Amino acid sequence: MQLDSKQPGGPLADKWDNHIFDLKLVNPANKRKFEIIVVGTGLAGGSASASLAELGYTVKTFCIQDSPRRAHSIAAQGGINAAKNYPNDGDSVWRLFYDTIKGGDYRSREANVYRLAQISNQIIDQCVAQGVPFAREYGGLLANRSFGGAQVSRTFYARGQTGQQLLLGAYGALSRQIAAGKVTLFTRQDMLDLVVVNGQVRGIITRNLISGRIEAHAADAVVLATGGYSNVYYLSTNAMTSNISAACSAYRKGAVFANPCFTQIHPTCIPVHGTYQSKLTLMSESLRNDGRVWVPKTPGDKRQPRQIPESERDYYLENRYPSFGNLVPRDVASRNAKVQCDADKGVGETGLAVYLDFEDAIKRDGKDVIAKKYGNLFQMYEKITADNPYEAPMMIYPAVHYTMGGLWVDYNLMSSLPGLFVLGEANFSDHGANRLGASALMQGLADGYFIIPYTIGGYLSGASIEKVSTDHQAFRDSVQAVEARIQKFLSIKGRRTVDDFHRELGTIMWEYCGMSRNDENLLKAKERIGELKGEFWENVLVSGSAGQFNQNLEKAGRVADFIEFGELMVTDAMARKESCGSHFSEAFQTEENEAKRDDENFCHVSVYEHGGDNKDPVCHKEPLVFENVELTQRSYK
Amino acid sequence: MTQEKGEKSINLTVKVWRQEGPVVKGRLETYEARNISTNMSFLEMLDVINEELTLEGKEPIAFDHDCREGICGMCGAMVNGRAHGPEKGTTLCQLHMRHFSDRDTVVIEPWRSRAFKLVRDLVVDRSAFDKIIQAGGYISVNTGGSPDGNAILVPQEAAEKAMDAAACIGCGACVASCPNASAMLFVGAKVSQFALLPQGKPEAEKRALAMVREMDDLRFGNCTNERECEAACPKEISITNIARLNREFLKASFF
Repeated sequence: MQLDSKQPGGPLADKWDNHIFDLKLVNPANKRKFEIIVVGTGLAGGSASASLAELGYTVKTFCIQDSPRRAHSIAAQGGINAAKNYPNDGDSVWRLFYDTIKGGDYRSREANVYRLAQISNQIIDQCVAQGVPFAREYGGLLANRSFGGAQVSRTFYARGQTGQQLLLGAYGALSRQIAAGKVTLFTRQDMLDLVVVNGQVRGIITRNLISGRIEAHAADAVVLATGGYSNVYYLSTNAMTSNISAACSAYRKGAVFANPCFTQIHPTCIPVHGTYQSKLTLMSESLRNDGRVWVPKTPGDKRQPRQIPESERDYYLENRYPSFGNLVPRDVASRNAKVQCDADKGVGETGLAVYLDFEDAIKRDGKDVIAKKYGNLFQMYEKITADNPYEAPMMIYPAVHYTMGGLWVDYNLMSSLPGLFVLGEANFSDHGANRLGASALMQGLADGYFIIPYTIGGYLSGASIEKVSTDHQAFRDSVQAVEARIQKFLSIKGRRTVDDFHRELGTIMWEYCGMSRNDENLLKAKERIGELKGEFWENVLVSGSAGQFNQNLEKAGRVADFIEFGELMVTDAMARKESCGSHFSEAFQTEENEAKRDDENFCHVSVYEHGGDNKDPVCHKEPLVFENVELTQRSYK
Repeated sequence: MTQEKGEKSINLTVKVWRQEGPVVKGRLETYEARNISTNMSFLEMLDVINEELTLEGKEPIAFDHDCREGICGMCGAMVNGRAHGPEKGTTLCQLHMRHFSDRDTVVIEPWRSRAFKLVRDLVVDRSAFDKIIQAGGYISVNTGGSPDGNAILVPQEAAEKAMDAAACIGCGACVASCPNASAMLFVGAKVSQFALLPQGKPEAEKRALAMVREMDDLRFGNCTNERECEAACPKEISITNIARLNREFLKASFF
């Protein structure tokens, strides 16, 4: 398989502009004749649907929730980056590009990341015009704050609800196009298959979650914006319905998958507190602007935090990384928390937590200032834990949060299947081996508002697309396969619930393919996932019937795909014999226990092609070429 | 000051509204929830009941939920007659079992409103809210061509008030709590957000009229100042926003 990234030539700063000019255009009058399916209504899918409809395309948009406003982008808290340099602190497009490439540990494409940095400024302008209530200074100018992995303040925010506000902006734009009749909205629909006709992606098969009806939808192109796969780990910060099934169906139909093992573990989450737990809650990285991370210096110290004197505390991030301090990137902060807890310095009853302390910030700025910045986060923390962070330090621990891996796309965001585009977290394109904070919102909106409207036109005007309806055999076969799979779930009638399987998968993945990886554990993971998969298909218990609102049945399909995908993640983790960003392989570390890359052998994207049922995937490599930045050992000291 | 502070187990009698679909008759069914950790969330307690029901070969309780961190607005039910349960400013997913006592009886029912059709058990259809937004709950700007983000100054106070209103998660608790099943808080919050910002001014009149008309067409009731919506709102959105909506609506109607 030839993987052509289609990065344009010429100087880095001119690539995108030149490419826009080179892309063929679709005549305004012809746009309405093209039908585009968009799956997902988060920042990427919502903004894409609205923008494509504004251009005149006929759009069909699908979401899994009861309303497009509920996609999981809504839960993003801290902010969105842009290279505006409003604070006059030395930011620029180049610096945002450089920080993102470096933060991703040099495992992303230069051209894609540079384009992202360029577009970042337009996103802020767009969202302000939509009425997103960003935080403001007294004079009325936009306010900024800092996030990890950067030494400038470039993060725009709306309290601790930035994702919500940006999503509601995109949802408003989408709603306007629905009212105009340019977008047809399908809610409570689960995409279960992708339909390929003559080598082109021509539609999707969905299940109507209310009636259970299997539906076929045809189009000239399909855009997937279906988010990430953190829920492979069962416990993550993702929403309960966030899943990999749409991407998996594309993978099975021939779309290749990139870097599946790159999963981000976010350093500041509320620690796990019981086996019944269904979900982990993130505490925004923005808290590290003012909160100080520490553990007791003495292992096993069980005193209350306020009884531990200053001299007996280890502010390990500030001590180890003086120039970035508490604002090191997420992978570094997470790994260090694990190191402390492994050394028996963890706090709380489980010993799997570190302190995030606001005492000094409150003394310095006053409680009111801190409340204004983080009030809603403190309140959320108190609701869950019954502890008051104004008085005692928060306890935090890393949790799975975001997946950098995703369906492989070229510079046009088109997958290896013609006519299938992938946006936002669902693609692999911009964050390399580690995503910096406040960059997910930026990428989702860049893809949806400002990239896909151009690149999809290039495809539609260049490809010869025959008329195809859902009567085509390919659609019928697909519907049949989907129905057969559903009947299979219902017919097993075993003795273990879907959640029980999911929980076990999560434990395997977290223990053996989590923050720190080694071959012995990965082999164990492989074996145990194989066993789990075998048992699932013989012993799962799914209640109810196919033709009804059946949340149990929905989950069964998702968990079956998570199990299969878990295998792919482990395969990728074993193959990448280096440490980079979020992928920490214990055999590859520096003397100071930092991630040690192997640029000679692993400066590439690992791209997997489905090998067929119960067969090993085929691994391809897209080499990464760096013409503008020098690959260095990432240092935040 | 530990995570498991005061954790204990409680037993509850849970009465849940079960209804297979919109046109069949529903009824309350009683379940015993045993050994519920007080650190569990309310939805995790329902998960426990559902696991048991599934293993017994019965159908689990259908309920909407997604982010489980109080922001998506997907979850919600009447708990002992109160939307999202007894805690102020809290969604159902953020309500923890430590607020209940051993041997309590908990009655759980779906949102009830003419405009929210029942789907199954605790799940209702809130697409009427989407229709209200489609009628005008946005600023009509296409992608591209927007002026620099700092080109128009927004007084901090206006931005903060707009944010207070924009915090609405569209869960429907306001409607479910109102004796008139009115959507005035929901509409008031959206109209206020844009009325407070300079970017929203050009369409302010059109927006207020269109959204109120749509709300009426969808058969939501009117506001009679009961203030139940404000008390139930998990984001504590103030009824000042309803006053602002009335002002915007009157301004648009008469001047």
